[in-house]
Amino acid sequence: MAAALPHGLAGETARPGQHTWMDAIVRWLFITVSLAFLAAVLLAPLATVFAMALAHGLAAYLHSFADPDTAAAIRLTLTTALVVVPINTVFGLAAAWAIAKFEFRGKSILITLIDLPLAISPVISGMIFVLLFGLHGWFGAWLQEHEISIVFALPGIMLATMFVTFPYVARELIPLMQQLGNDEEEAAITLGAGGWMTFFRVTLPKVRWGLVYGMVLCNARAMGEFGAVSVVSGHIRGLTNTMPLHIEILYNEYNFVGAFAVASLLTLLAAVTLVVKTLVERAGYRRR
Amino acid sequence: MSLRKPSVLPGFGLTFGFTTFFLSAIVLLPLAALVLAAASMHWADFVRVISSPRALGSYRLSFGASLLAASINLVFGLIIAWTLVRYEFPGRKLIDALIDMPFALPTAVSGIALTTVFAPNGWIGRYLEPLGVKVAYTWLGVTLALTLISMPFAVRAVQPALLEVQRELEEAAETLGAGRFYVFRRIILPTVLPALLTGFTLSFARAVGEYGSVIFIAGNLPMKTEITPLLIVIHLEEFDYQGAAALGVVMLTISFGVLLAINLLQGWGRRRHVQAAH
Repeated sequence: MAAALPHGLAGETARPGQHTWMDAIVRWLFITVSLAFLAAVLLAPLATVFAMALAHGLAAYLHSFADPDTAAAIRLTLTTALVVVPINTVFGLAAAWAIAKFEFRGKSILITLIDLPLAISPVISGMIFVLLFGLHGWFGAWLQEHEISIVFALPGIMLATMFVTFPYVARELIPLMQQLGNDEEEAAITLGAGGWMTFFRVTLPKVRWGLVYGMVLCNARAMGEFGAVSVVSGHIRGLTNTMPLHIEILYNEYNFVGAFAVASLLTLLAAVTLVVKTLVERAGYRRR
Repeated sequence: MSLRKPSVLPGFGLTFGFTTFFLSAIVLLPLAALVLAAASMHWADFVRVISSPRALGSYRLSFGASLLAASINLVFGLIIAWTLVRYEFPGRKLIDALIDMPFALPTAVSGIALTTVFAPNGWIGRYLEPLGVKVAYTWLGVTLALTLISMPFAVRAVQPALLEVQRELEEAAETLGAGRFYVFRRIILPTVLPALLTGFTLSFARAVGEYGSVIFIAGNLPMKTEITPLLIVIHLEEFDYQGAAALGVVMLTISFGVLLAINLLQGWGRRRHVQAAH
């Protein structure tokens, strides 16, 4: 080890803490470069959202929410999240129980498959439902005969959203439950508690912060998803336009106040998501 | 069941059954439909679609811009992670929390906001315009959008690895006369290398499939500023489901390749970690 050290520097009798002015320059440089980079690509766009939304004053900002199509888009986004998040939460809890509490063959494959939607382009996530249920899709003719519309309607939007947000709750819960172990559950069962009682009284209180975080992430993605929903929605104003899709329409019509007003709501949602994340991490319930 | 180890806990059948059923219904069967739609094409048609000049142009932009964005994040991700881990400054905690913003922010919002900032009359664009640098509606804008949305992957991958670098080792090396750059090259870089590469790959994977933020800033000219996911959407809008499926399969194959690379990299990182501990 000693032989590998450079000899040229030995005469300098370098000690840690000796060249403090050099440390100060490096430190200043790193902080400046980091902050400049973040300011350009992250903070400036965030500030722009609010600057543009409020460009014509607070009254114009608030007035843009009175537009019935905007109101409809907000309602649709809330409805979708209200359906998708609970379903994916139940799924996440079931998947985490099966994976964290039991040892079985093929477990790592199952985990990989659950994560699959994260690796897939949002456009593809929407397209698969068009291929299945679209007019020229596998079940298209049958659906049309029975006058059921999935694509370009609410069910398609919900399916696509469910697909892209599928892993979020499960991904938070699986490592957390694995780390917490089975001892307390096994004790409860041995002492005569039923399966559901054990789950609600022992497991759920232990993982509640992880669960909250997973649901908040799932909700943020469900409300903000653009690509997948864009492919299945059909962009019918006031009917199948979610908030992100409505932003696109308003923006392309040069209604910048309207577009950025809707965007400001989603930005606030993202900020709330980050606050919850920080609080959960501070509570110390984060994995590892 | 011989497939699993016995346990006193109940509910395996119920939860495992529900998990696999739901996974198959929502994720696996729809994905199978994509592969089937592409497989039902004639081989010659499939090749014609995926190698058309317009498709090739879109790959060039999608993969080129994603590689560039991942490289930018490789450098700035390390710098930002280093700053957050090693230095104490006012607002550090806030900046640390803000790193995850691109995860939480809907892509459409990132798209219109970036376009506005970098448009010729935007806050930053107006200073770049006189220099002859056009960002919005060019490949540069695409790269910028991809850099923003994949930035957290790079920072978050490197941060824990930097925390693990043994400070005593650095101090010992400095005491023995090693220079700053030498310490970086021989002690810090080897420790964080697997994490750096994982961050690079994750950034790339996220960037290649991105749609929402890019379409606003790209300009979307065929052959020039048209990304592959947009070309898929165009095929779908023309009811050319097979053409869309063919391009989808190309992207899916690449995603799986990248996923495999990430797993291998993480395995390598863990093995190095174990070796270092001994």
